[in-house]
Amino acid sequence: MRENLAERNTLSGRVRAAANAFGLPRLIIAGFLLLMFIVAPFVGNDFWTQISNVINRFSWNAILVLAMVPMIHSGCGLNFGLPLGIISGLLGATLSIECGFTGTLSFFAAILIATPISVVLGAGYGWLLNKIKGGEMMIATYVGFSSVSFMCMMWLLLPYHSPTMVWGFAGKGLRTTISLEGFYDKALAGFWQIKIGTLEIPTGTLLFFALMAFLMWAFLHTKTGTAMTAVGSNPTFAKAAGVNVDRMRLLSVILSTWLGALGILVYEQGFGFIQLYNAPFYMALPAVSAILIGGASVNKASIANVLIGTFLFQGMVTMTPTVMNSVIHMDMSEVIRVVVSQGMILYALTRKTEGGGR
Amino acid sequence: MSNAPLLEMRNIKKDFFGNQVLEDINLTLRAGEVLGLCGENGAGKSTLMKILFGMDVIRETGGYGGDILLDGEKVDFATPFEALAAGIGMVHQEFSLIPGFTATENILLNREPTKHSVLSEIFGERLDTLNHKEMDVRSAAAIEKMGVHIDADMTINSMPVGHKQFTEIARELSKEQLKLLILDEPTAVLTEKEAEALLDSIRGMSARGIAVIFITHRLHEILSVCSKVIVMRDGRVVQDCPAAETSVEEITRNMVGRNVETGGAQREVRDVSGFRTAMSIRKLWVDMPGETVRCVDLDVKEGEILGIGGLAGQGKLGIPNGIMGLYEAGGSVTFDGQEIPLGSPRRCLDASLAFVSEDRRGVGLLLDESLEWNVSFPAMQIQNKFLKKYLGGLVKWRDEKEIYAVTKKYIDELAIKCTSSKQKAKELSGGNQQKICLAKAFALEPKFLFVSEPTRGIDVGAKALVLESLRKFNRDSGVTVVMISSELEELRSICDRIAIVSGGRIAGILPATASSEELGMLMVSKVV
Repeated sequence: MRENLAERNTLSGRVRAAANAFGLPRLIIAGFLLLMFIVAPFVGNDFWTQISNVINRFSWNAILVLAMVPMIHSGCGLNFGLPLGIISGLLGATLSIECGFTGTLSFFAAILIATPISVVLGAGYGWLLNKIKGGEMMIATYVGFSSVSFMCMMWLLLPYHSPTMVWGFAGKGLRTTISLEGFYDKALAGFWQIKIGTLEIPTGTLLFFALMAFLMWAFLHTKTGTAMTAVGSNPTFAKAAGVNVDRMRLLSVILSTWLGALGILVYEQGFGFIQLYNAPFYMALPAVSAILIGGASVNKASIANVLIGTFLFQGMVTMTPTVMNSVIHMDMSEVIRVVVSQGMILYALTRKTEGGGR
Repeated sequence: MSNAPLLEMRNIKKDFFGNQVLEDINLTLRAGEVLGLCGENGAGKSTLMKILFGMDVIRETGGYGGDILLDGEKVDFATPFEALAAGIGMVHQEFSLIPGFTATENILLNREPTKHSVLSEIFGERLDTLNHKEMDVRSAAAIEKMGVHIDADMTINSMPVGHKQFTEIARELSKEQLKLLILDEPTAVLTEKEAEALLDSIRGMSARGIAVIFITHRLHEILSVCSKVIVMRDGRVVQDCPAAETSVEEITRNMVGRNVETGGAQREVRDVSGFRTAMSIRKLWVDMPGETVRCVDLDVKEGEILGIGGLAGQGKLGIPNGIMGLYEAGGSVTFDGQEIPLGSPRRCLDASLAFVSEDRRGVGLLLDESLEWNVSFPAMQIQNKFLKKYLGGLVKWRDEKEIYAVTKKYIDELAIKCTSSKQKAKELSGGNQQKICLAKAFALEPKFLFVSEPTRGIDVGAKALVLESLRKFNRDSGVTVVMISSELEELRSICDRIAIVSGGRIAGILPATASSEELGMLMVSKVV
C-alpha cells in the first residue's frame, strides 16, 4: 500500500514499526522498568544496590529460563513441568550434602548426581508427552504439580541422616529450608566477584550462564538441533525427511529437565538456601513468563529471548517491591508480579499459531 | 441506481511485506455476468478475491487501498461474515468442510431450519432441534440448482474430492441472498467430466442472475463459459475484454508476457522395454484415506519417466505416499535389488529415493522457516551434507555458507520469485512454494524421484518450467522419475510410459504416444 510506504519514511512511522517489531507488552514492561530505575534514587534507594540486585536475580534465574528453549523448539510447548527438573536438582543437592561433600566441590557433585536423575525422569516425562501430542502444556502442568506433591512425602520418608538437613528433634525427614553455608553457597557467584562500592557483580554465575547459553546456541546450530527445530516447526515435514520425531521430542524434554536441575542448583548457590517441599511449585511460572516477555512464542524461542526476558522479568520483580514500598508504603509488589507473570502467559497462549496462512 | 454494476472495484492496491502485489486494479461486473480471472501464480488473483471477501489476512497485513462498490454503494468488509451477508459467496482452493458431517449438514451448517421444542421455549432458541426434513428439502434444492448430482447423505470424508468441491458450491447456492459467487480454481481437483458438469452449473447460475467470478488455469474453460475475461500479471490487469474476442493463445501470451507453446508439445518418447528394472512393486496396498491402493504390481525401469494417472480418489496418490512411509502400507517393494521396508521414511531416503508430496503446505514445507532451511534440511539430515564437522565428527555444525550457496543455485535455476533466500516459505506464492519442494528433492541428489501432482494449482509459465526441470533432472543425472498427475496432457508431454490407476489397481501401462481415448478408457475400467 502506498500510504504504508510513505509511513515508513516518517519518524512516527519508523517508531511504530520498531515498536511492532519489539512487541507491545515488552515495550510496556521495559518502559516500566526504566521508570523504576529513574525513580529509585529519588525515593531514597541506592541506585547501584538496585542494579546489583537485578543482576544477581538475573544470574540466579537465567538457566531456569534457558531450560524452556529446547522444548519450545521441538514443539512440546512451554515447559510447565519444570518442577520435575527442579526436583532432580534438589535430589542432587541433598544427596551431595548427604554424601559428605563440602565447599565448591559439593556444587559439582550435586550436578553430577542430578544429571542421571534428570535424564531418567526427563525420559519418562518425554515418553508421556509423546503419548499426548497436542495437549503437552496441560499434561506438563499436572506432571509438575503431581511430582511436587509426591516429593513432599518423599522428603520426609527418604532416609537422610546429615544433621545439617534433617529436622532437629526427630532426627529424620528433611527441613523445608536448608542453609548452604559451608557447602556451595556462592560457589559460582564468589568466583571473580566484582565489588565497586555498593555494586556487586557475580561474575562466576554470569560466566556459567554464558557457557550454558553458548552451548544451547551451538546445539541449535548442529544437525540434531536443526532437526529439533524442524520437528517443532512441522512434524510431518520432519517425518517425511526421515527424522525420528518422537526421539527428537524426547531429547528436548530430557535437555529441558536437565537444564531445570542445573538451573535450580545455580539458583540455590546464589540464594544460599535449598528450599524443599512446595517451593518448586512456584518456579515454573516465572520462568515461563520470563521467556515470553523476552519475545518467545509457544513454538519459537532464541537465546536473545532468554536474555531480554530474564532481565525484564527479574528486573521488575526486584525493583517494584523496593521502589513501590518507598513511594506508597504499601506492599504492591506481589500483586504486580502475579498480574504480570500470569497475564504474560495468557497473552502468549492466545497468540499461539500453527502453520498459519500466507 | 438499478443500472449500477453489481460489483465495481476501483484502483485496488495492496502490498505484502513491502512487496507490491496489486496495483490499480479496476473491474466491473454486472448481474448474471461470468467473469474469467486468470493469471500466473503470484499474479495477485487470490489476493484480490481475499480483499473482496474481507479476509482477516488482508487487515492483518495492513489493509488495502482503493474502493469496492457493491450495487453502486461503497463497501468495506471487515470480516467474511459481512461479505456473506452482502450476498458474496466464495469457494476456496482449500476445502472448508467438516469431514464427519453429511453433505446436507455441511451445506446448511449454522443456517439449519429448526423446530421449537419445550426446552427451547424455556431456554431460548439455542435449544431448538434441527428440522431434518426441511434440511433435506433445502439441500436437495441447492443441489438441484447446481445441476450436478451428489449424494446428500454421504459424509464428506467418504466422498471423492470432486464431490467435496460440489458440496462447497451447493453450500453457497443454498444461501438465498447470494448475488455473486467467487470460484477459486474449482476445477483444479475435478476430472474432465466433473469439470464439464461444473461449467454447466455455472451457466445455470448466470441464467438465474447470479454473477460469477471464475478463477482457473484451464483457459478453454474460461472461453467456454465466461462472458468476460480479465488477465492479470504481476499485480496489474493486462487484458480486459469480452471472452468472444480472445483466444487461449492470446490469454496465455498475456499471462506470461511471452509466447508459450500450448498443449502437449511433441517430443521424443523413449522405448524403455530394454531398460533395467529399477524398482519393482508387488502386491502393494496403502491405507490412505480417499486414495486407497488395493493391489498394485508395477515395474519401474531405470532412467525412465513413468507417469501415473487416473481419476481422483482411485489411489494414484496412495502409491508414493505408501512407499515413502507416510501412510500405512503393505506388500513388497524392491529397489536396486534391495527390499525397501515400508513405513519408514528414513530407510527410503537412505536408499536414495526422494518424494515431492502433493501436500505442499502440510508435508512439503517448513512454512515458518527460511527457504534455505527448506531446501537443505532433508539432505542435511539424511546425507550429512551442508555440515562442518568438528572434534572428529562429534559436532556436526550447520554450514550456512554452503546452505546459502545451494539455495541460491536452485533459486536461480528454477526462477523462484522471492526477496531473498532467508525469506520464509509461507510468504511465497503457490507456484514458487512448489519449486522449493522440487529444489528440496533435487538437493538430495536421489537416484529415484517420486513427484506427486507437481503442477497442481500452478500457472502455465511455472508449469512449463517445473516440467522442464524435471525432464532435465531425468536426462542430465539419469534419475528415474515417477510422476503422479491428474492431468493427462501433462503426463503425455513429459513421460515415456503412462500407468493408469483405477480402483486401487494398475489398469494398464501404455506408451506416452497412446491417444487420450485409450488412456481415458483405462481410467474408468476398474472404478469402484
